[in-house]
This record gives sequence, C-alpha cells and structure tokens, in this order.
Amino acid sequence: MSAKEKGEKIGGLKVTPDKFLPHRYAGASGDFNPIHIDKEFAQMVGLPSTILHGLYVMGLVAKAATDEAGGDPRALKRLSVQFRGMSMPETEIEVSGEVIEADGSDVTFDLIAAQGENQVIRNATADVSYP
Amino acid sequence: MALKTDAVGKSWPAYEYEVGREKIREYAQVIGLDDPVYFDEKAAKEAGFRGIVAPPMFVVVYTAGAMGPVLFDPEVEMNFAAMVHGGQEFQWGEPVISGDLISTTTTCKDIYPKDGKGFYVFETESKNQNGDLVCKATWTNIVRGIEE
Repeated sequence: MSAKEKGEKIGGLKVTPDKFLPHRYAGASGDFNPIHIDKEFAQMVGLPSTILHGLYVMGLVAKAATDEAGGDPRALKRLSVQFRGMSMPETEIEVSGEVIEADGSDVTFDLIAAQGENQVIRNATADVSYP
Repeated sequence: MALKTDAVGKSWPAYEYEVGREKIREYAQVIGLDDPVYFDEKAAKEAGFRGIVAPPMFVVVYTAGAMGPVLFDPEVEMNFAAMVHGGQEFQWGEPVISGDLISTTTTCKDIYPKDGKGFYVFETESKNQNGDLVCKATWTNIVRGIEE
C-alpha cells in the first residue's frame, strides 16, 4: 500500500503575489535583476512590465509538493523544473499536478505552475517521502 | 558570435555562506511558509532539528554567491543580456540549520548549441561544516541568438 496512488490528482495551491512581491523576493534571495523590480527597464527590454522571479515560482512548487507530503521540509528530496514562460505580479498562480510514481512512502509528483492558460513552470517533477 | 566552450570542465573556488536565522525567516515569509520550524527555535527542536531549519529552496540564498561570479566569468563569456533561466534541479541531503556554514563549489558541466541557442549547464555542490552534502544542483541557462 502506497502513501498515494498513481494518477491521483494533487495540488490546489493558489497564491496571488502582490505588486511589491518581486522587491521582497529580490531582498530575500539577493537576485536584483532589474527585469523583476524596474518597470521602465523591463519595458525597455521588451517585457510587458516587471516579471516574477522564476525561482520564486519554483519556491511555490516546492511548497505545494512539501505540503502535500505533510509539510516537513525533510519530505522534499528532489525537485526539477523547466521554466517556460514569464509570470506577473497581481495575477493568481495555481500549482497543480498528479502522482506519477508511488512506491510505499516514496512518491513522485508531476507539477505545473500556471497563471490561467500560461504555464510558467511545467514538467516539474518532485520526489517526496511521506512520513 | 560562435559559441565558446573553453569553460567546460572548469571549477570555481568554494564559496562560503553562514546561515542566519533572520535570513531564513525573511525567505520563509516571502514564499508564504508559515510552519513554526522556520521561525521558532523550540518548535524546530521539537521537530528533531538542531535549530531553526531553512526551507529546501533556501538553497538559492546560500548558492547565489557561488553562481553569480560564474555567470560573469570571461572564460564563460555568456551574453547575459540574452540569457534566460531554462531549467533547474535540486537534490537535497542533510537539512540546513541556522548557524551552519555552507560551502558551495561550482563546475561547468556542459556548453552546447541547440536550435540557435547556447545551453550552459552548471553544477553546484553544497556541504555543511561537517562535510555532509546538503544540496546538489544543476542550473541550465539558455542564451538566444548564437551562431552554430
């Protein structure tokens, strides 16, 4: 009997980062690339406006996977993602996915982080260990 | 500009980062993590940690100083203005605890062209003061507009 069944849907983490989230994430992470915090710079390089840090969105994917496995940070063993689009502050991000492998307490999720139809992170795989 | 691959196999000197509890709290707050193990010493110890524990993705904080100089290394010669973060993988080992001294080494694993883009693959290995592996990471950066 596995902690989860293959094909089982998981997720439902929904977060709407506020306008100044990229500024706080820049401070917390040390990544001050101006495309995340300077609207004029972002527009000068062809972006609609400032965009979220990809690793912030990956942080949400990590949270969703960890929460699913009970919330203990030791549960998350591996996380691999591909960044496929840009994401904006003040728009809801939803992390969802399903179980693709289940072997006792060891479970692998396939996850997506999306803003509406825009899949910002896809092919995310997370290996977790249920307590 | 043809893709320069001289840096493949190159390693950079270890970068050391001392983990502070307020930095852990700041990071956890931004991501929206509210488990007390990230904020409260007593709760963390009750959960079996040596002290306040860093969330797994805190790896971006203690490796930033190891990856930053690599991206600007003239031997790598990456066109930073045309670069995007393509992919990322982390494999975690021992938990990182407030007060830990984390040492990270970076190696350039591969540089290769594909579909008019340059792919730059770096690996970081982070160990704590006891020599335990805390995280191994693969960073893939993509630079648009190269000649093959």
